Order: sequence, then C-alpha cells, then structure tokens
Amino acid sequence: MSIRGTEIRIEGLSQRYPTRKVPTFNRVDLVSPPGEALAIIGRSGCGKSTLLHILAGLTKGTEGRVLLNGTEVTGPSPRWVMMFQAPHLYPWMSVTQNVGVGLTFARWGKKEIEERVTEAINLVELQEFAQANVQDLSGGQQQRVALARSLVMEPEMLLLDEPFSALDAFTRAALQKDVRAISKRLGFNIVIVTHDIDEAVIMADRAVIMAGSPGDIVHELDVDLPDPRERTDPEVQRLRARLMATFQEAANYKKPEVALAGAGR
Amino acid sequence: MTATVVPADHGGSSGLMARPGVRRFVWGLAGIAIMALIWLIAGYLLAINPTTKTFTTFGLIPTMEAFPELWGAGKIQSAAIASGYRLGAGLGLAIAIGVPVGVLMGRIKWFRDFSNSPFQFLRMISPLAWTPLAVLVFATWDGSIVFLIAIASVWPVMFATAAGLAKVDPNWFKVARNLGAHPVQMLTRIIMPAIAFDIFSGIRLALGVAWIVLVPAEYLGVTSGLGYAIEDARETLSYNHLTALVLTIGIIGYVLDSSLVMLIKRFSWHRGGA
Repeated sequence: MSIRGTEIRIEGLSQRYPTRKVPTFNRVDLVSPPGEALAIIGRSGCGKSTLLHILAGLTKGTEGRVLLNGTEVTGPSPRWVMMFQAPHLYPWMSVTQNVGVGLTFARWGKKEIEERVTEAINLVELQEFAQANVQDLSGGQQQRVALARSLVMEPEMLLLDEPFSALDAFTRAALQKDVRAISKRLGFNIVIVTHDIDEAVIMADRAVIMAGSPGDIVHELDVDLPDPRERTDPEVQRLRARLMATFQEAANYKKPEVALAGAGR
Repeated sequence: MTATVVPADHGGSSGLMARPGVRRFVWGLAGIAIMALIWLIAGYLLAINPTTKTFTTFGLIPTMEAFPELWGAGKIQSAAIASGYRLGAGLGLAIAIGVPVGVLMGRIKWFRDFSNSPFQFLRMISPLAWTPLAVLVFATWDGSIVFLIAIASVWPVMFATAAGLAKVDPNWFKVARNLGAHPVQMLTRIIMPAIAFDIFSGIRLALGVAWIVLVPAEYLGVTSGLGYAIEDARETLSYNHLTALVLTIGIIGYVLDSSLVMLIKRFSWHRGGA
C-alpha cells in the first residue's frame, strides 16, 4: 500500500447558518503541504468540526473553497476519508466486510478486495479478529476497524473528528501513535480536529488554534519533535505547555470587527 | 447432606432434558398432547349425549381419519395451493408496496408527515369492510380476495419498515456516503441489511393478518381454497372433514410463521435487548 499526500488549500472559507447572526467562521485561509499532519485545536462550538466536514465534502461552505492538489472539493469522495468520534461500524458485517465496504462500493473484484483488506487489517493489528463480529470488539478495536476501513481506500487525506475521545487513556495513546506512524509510513495527510492539547502534540506536525466568534485561525505552532513521541519526554512536555499557553491566550480572542456584535450575547 | 449443595434442577431433568432445544421440544409436545386430550374428551362427551350425537364426527379420532381421505382425494393439496396462491399474491403485493413506501416514510420527513394521517386512517378500516367494494371493482373473485389480503397486510409491512429506518443510526449513511456509496448501494448494502429484521417482523405480522382475512374471504364466492373447502364440508355435513381442514389451516399457518421467525433470526444483527 502506498499513498501520496495532497496539498490542502483552504481559500476564504466561510460558513454561516441562516438562523444565526454571527457566522460560524469567516474567511478562513489555510494551506497544508502534502503529507503533513495538521491539528486544528479549539473549544467546542468554534466551528472546527464544521470546517472538517467541509473538507470532507459532507457539508458545503457558504463562501470560499477547498482545493486538494488544485482540484476543488465538491462532495464526498473515497480519496478523502473521515473518521468520526464513534466508529459507526455496520453490525451485520464482520470485521473483514466492514473494512472492505468502501471497495465493494467501488466495485472492486473479490480477490483484490481480499488482498487489500488483509493488508489493512494487518496494519491496524487486528489479524486475529478478522472474522469476528464487530459487536464483540472493544471500543479501541472498533476504532481500529474504522481506521482500517478508511485506510483501504488509500486516501490522500484522513480527516479525524476527535476520533479517540470516547476511548480510555491507554487505548487512546496507543491509537494516536499508531495513526501517526501509519500516516508517516504511507505518506497521506492528516487533519485532526481536537480539543485535546496532548493529542495535537503527539500526532501533529503543526497545530493551528481556532477561536473567536466567528471562528478564525488565531495562532499556529510547529510541532517539531522527533518520532516516536512519548508523553513523558521533556521536549513534548515543553511544547505542550507552550501550546496550552497559546490556547488560553486565544480563548480570550475576539475578532476586532465583530467584538461589538458578540458583546450583546 | 450433600443434596443441599446440588444446584436446583427444575423437575429433576436428566442429561438430555438439560439441553434447551430438547426441553423446548418436549414441552411443546406436552402442550399439544393436552390439547388433543381435551379434544378427545369433548368428542366423547358429544358421543354420550343423545342430543349432540350427530356431531360426534367433530371429535379427534374421526378428524384424524379424515386426513388420509382428504389427502387421497387431493382436496387438501388443491385447497392449500389455491389459498397459497392468493396469500402469496396478496402478501407479495403488500411487500412490493409496503417496503418502498415504508422506506420513503422513514427517509423523507415531509413524506412521513404528509402520509401519516391518511395511512393511519386507512389502516383502521377493517379489511373485510372493503369486501363489497372489492367485489364491485374486481372482475374475478380471485382478484378481490388478493386485494383484501393486500390491503390488510400492507400496513404492518409499511409501518415496520418506516419505524425500522427511523431508528437507524444516521451516521451509517454518512460513513457510507464518505466511502463512495451510490444511492442504489446505499439502499442495497446499508439500508436493507440494517432494517431486514424490521421488515421481516412486519411481514410476520402481515402474514398473521393475511391468514385471518384469507379464510372468510374465501367464503365469498370462490370454488377453491381452504375457506371454500370448510364451507363445502359444512354444507355436506362432513364434520370430520371440516375439523381436519381447520387443523390444516392451523398447521400451515404455524409452519409459515415459524419460517418467518427463522428468517427474522437469520437477519437480526441485534444483540441483547437492542
């Protein structure tokens, strides 16, 4: 399996809901080079999850556009796959069938599906559960199945919407490291939306902070650390502290021109 | 002293009885045996009373004797085939209409809001109340019976499908869309397996209703089918044939229902109480 990353270019992206006065976010610009792991950090409601849905083509922005290697995203595609907070596996399918479901949508041959699925299952280390009923797996194993289901599509970009927030600390830490390692090995882009500073430091090459109402990217920080990253590593700790400080500073951020509009609330 | 430590063993069952399948079968057999016994006694009571002596053939033994007679004459087979055709056609029509409409109801909110009142209203009309209308509209008796069965059984299928779809996790659709599912694949690979259990449960209910409607509908004017055969047996005073046919209806219904229960189990992915 080899995957090429993609250049992600977000140009002047805005999202406003007709029922709300203030846009969720306004004229966001962001570029992520091929193969980068980008973390978008922000509090709940800052629009980071909406931004991710627009990147996935599952929602449309009201203004602006998203370009992947120069091609505009107009809808969902197996070339960019999203992983959600819950694995959302299909309980009537086995692990193998769940992992291969995207390939059956693409009408692949039985043998090719089998090969690719086996490879993906090995990658997430679920070999012994290949034929299991997904309902018998633990939360972490289920999220691994969801990861394999995304990886078989050989996506250029993997979008992660707080994908490990429902897992216990140990499982979460293991998956964070594994996803990063796999992405680096195969070369695809990661965009991870999270409110967990640790997650950003462990997984990302670069972290951007979204804040304000309407939301905007107010800070960014390179996470220039060697792999594998350990939480206890002093360098990781130092960067974590810096990111935390920036995050807190950003929490008080208000965009000058809308400060008045927001003051009424 | 040791007896107090032995775990409670209901009815002191032996090794074979400890297996749930065997136990269920034995209990089922016992239930049927008691039913047969009551029937046998009732037949005997009819026989010893001079005023009811004419009805002795309703009893268990004359009925059992009627089975080979009816089977040999091909009456059970032809009646079952005729009824089976009407049931299959009516139920098939109900499924062909109920499942797609149910999917629309479950998937499209405005359609659900728009159709709910008229469907609930129509559902509450007794299927047999349609009889005079059906007889007027359809040229053949067969046509009107199939219509009656269809209109009786379409509602459980439709509402079970809609309710099943309404409780499907919307994220399953989002994931499938994300992985490149076309609308047809969404229907065949996600929606249908997700709600197969609900559809078959609806069909099971529909079968019950259809089976109930079938027999009185066949009293109407047709000259074939189980309902007709019962009427015929009554008019020719062959009471043992009558009871044998009633029993046949019970057996066929039971077999059909059991097959659907098997299908429901086969297509159920639910765990525990979910």
